[in-house]
Amino acid sequence: MADLRVNIAGVAFKNPVITASGTFGFGQEYARLYDISKLGGISCKGTTLEPRMGNLSPRIAETPSGILNSVGLQNPGVEGFLKNDLPLLENTDTVVIANIAGSQIEDYIETVRRLQGSSVDMIEMNISCPNVKEGGVSFGTSPESVERITKQVKAVAEQPLIVKLTPNVTDIAEIAAAAEAGGADAISLINTLTGMKIDIETRRPLLKNNTGGMSGAAVFPVALRMVWQAANRVQIPVIGLGGITKWQDAVEMLLAGATAVQIGTANFTDAYTPLKVIEGLDAYLDAHGEKSVMDIVGKVQVW
Amino acid sequence: MDNRYPYRKGFLMFQSEYKIQSITQLNPTTYSLVLECAELAAESWCGRFVNIRCGEKPLRRPISISEIDKENGTITLVFEVRGEGTEWLSTRRAGEKLDVLGPLGNGFFPDSAKRAIFIGGGIGCPPMLGAAQEYGENAEAILGFRSAAQIILLDKFKACCQSVDVTTNDGSFGVRGFVTDVLADKLSENKDCVVYACGPMPMLKGVAQMCAQNDVQCFVSLEQRMGCGVGACLVCACKTHEADGEHMRHVCKNGPVFDAKEVDFGG
Ligand SMILES: Cc1cc2nc3c(=O)[nH]c(=O)nc-3n(C[C@H](O)[C@H](O)[C@H](O)COP(=O)(O)OP(=O)(O)OC[C@H]3O[C@@H](n4cnc5c(N)ncnc54)[C@H](O)[C@@H]3O)c2cc1C
Ligand SMILES: Cc1cc2nc3c(=O)[nH]c(=O)nc-3n(C[C@H](O)[C@H](O)[C@H](O)COP(=O)(O)O)c2cc1C
Ligand code: FES
Repeated sequence: MADLRVNIAGVAFKNPVITASGTFGFGQEYARLYDISKLGGISCKGTTLEPRMGNLSPRIAETPSGILNSVGLQNPGVEGFLKNDLPLLENTDTVVIANIAGSQIEDYIETVRRLQGSSVDMIEMNISCPNVKEGGVSFGTSPESVERITKQVKAVAEQPLIVKLTPNVTDIAEIAAAAEAGGADAISLINTLTGMKIDIETRRPLLKNNTGGMSGAAVFPVALRMVWQAANRVQIPVIGLGGITKWQDAVEMLLAGATAVQIGTANFTDAYTPLKVIEGLDAYLDAHGEKSVMDIVGKVQVW
Repeated sequence: MDNRYPYRKGFLMFQSEYKIQSITQLNPTTYSLVLECAELAAESWCGRFVNIRCGEKPLRRPISISEIDKENGTITLVFEVRGEGTEWLSTRRAGEKLDVLGPLGNGFFPDSAKRAIFIGGGIGCPPMLGAAQEYGENAEAILGFRSAAQIILLDKFKACCQSVDVTTNDGSFGVRGFVTDVLADKLSENKDCVVYACGPMPMLKGVAQMCAQNDVQCFVSLEQRMGCGVGACLVCACKTHEADGEHMRHVCKNGPVFDAKEVDFGG
């Protein structure tokens, strides 16, 4: 039994495996299958200031080794989250991460303010969302905008702040550095890559929203490369995600420089994936004579 | 708020590999598969479904539970080959194992104190068979198919129902036309009943409209593309109009069965 514990921005995780936002609800559905306190952490469904209905269906399409989704941030709003969803996680011994989103900086700030004094352990800020005041360009695509939103949200955040990066950018290391400069306590990446699928019989996109976010095994190599580039650039901890379906993928992410990993789409294929990754990681560390998971973080030997 | 039909609330679910007891072809594109899954069968009731892993596909395929045999610990799934996932499923053999997640969803709760009409359209018939069996005596069924070649499960419906009417679009068997033609006749005789239906969207819309016009209660089982199948990813949205306003419900968790008068068939 290797030591699987990691520490991110002062928050202690029993292991480095976290379920990814939007794929695991608020944990209660999967709690019917297994004890979710075995997880290192749970990143909750993205929460906005006001409740959102989300996009029309179909909101999902299957692609080779991956999926596209266009949920459109359906969520009960931060008050609904605090009143109905968070209390159910209070007795669960795992790190609870609130994932927040918005369409203007003021929304993010107010959402984070409402989380003050709650039992949320960490905040993950999704900056892939379009900024309505900047003509719908995502907050996460320019270093200036990333630094600005990070600084303003960090100023009111009571809990450690993870900035979740979008991969739909030219230079991920620049963006990671901007988040660090803005005061982020950690970064997580990647969010989904924008994609599309067309039904050639009806000549219509499969998604009612036309485009959607791509995730699943197909994005893993891209995610791994971005995690490696970001981890090489910043000092703050990096949480790696995107296409992890098995423990070997998690080991690659850690070697590339991630302190922890998140698992999203793979939950749909095999609900036990997070537990299998924890077990596999443990066995790998033992087999390689590593005492702690921290001993392999960033240990890729590049050519 | 999440449980619209609080008569029984499913709690236990399983994700495991279960043995295929048998797989038989019912017509050129439809198969019936009996699965040995005692724990899952014990938690099943009509209108619920399972999510099946099909080879290397990232997404599981949702298939309704057709018949349930709690005594022998089996469930029967009837599916049509539509694409690669169901094609893979159709090539499984007895004795092999299937990775199944379930039982899922809030199925039908047929009220045996009331006259009930069960309507199935094509591959929507299998879950209605289980519902009619659960309802018991005096069930009335209306089954619609494109043509005689597509008819499935007719003998099974006849074995558990008081009456079975079959419609085909081309008139090659039974009444020429649609299930709603037979439903109209039935409702003109007696409106004191509850209608349960599963089938393609246009059929469900037609049935729902007819029931609404006649002030007859109607429950429909909907399909939507799914991710998790358990209520965690919110992709399987269905718009509803309820007493307290508009909602985006989820077919896997709040459904697949909905009160037809609340369903937004346009969205
Ligand atoms: C609650 C529920 C119960 C169902 N019960 C049955 C049943 O008892 N028998 C039966 O034959 N079929 C049933 N279906 C439809 C069945 O799930 C699809 O036909 C099947 O998923 C198609 O998979 P494929 O790989 O063959 O097709 P593809 O078109 O290749 O599938 C691509 C993707 O789209 C999804 N998809 C395609 N068509 C549908 C659809 N109609 N509904 C939902 N997802 C779809 C697939 O799951 C997959 O993720 C049910 C669907 C739902 C939602
Ligand atoms: C259905 C679905 C919903 C998602 N919702 C959110 C969300 O609300 N907030 C967020 O930051 N990321 C969301 N994501 C992105 C995931 O958290 C994750 O970044 C991405 O899917 C890549 O990881 P994966 O390949 O392991 O799924 C969602 C992904 C999916 C598939
Ligand atoms: S399929 Fe995930 S919520 Fe319905």
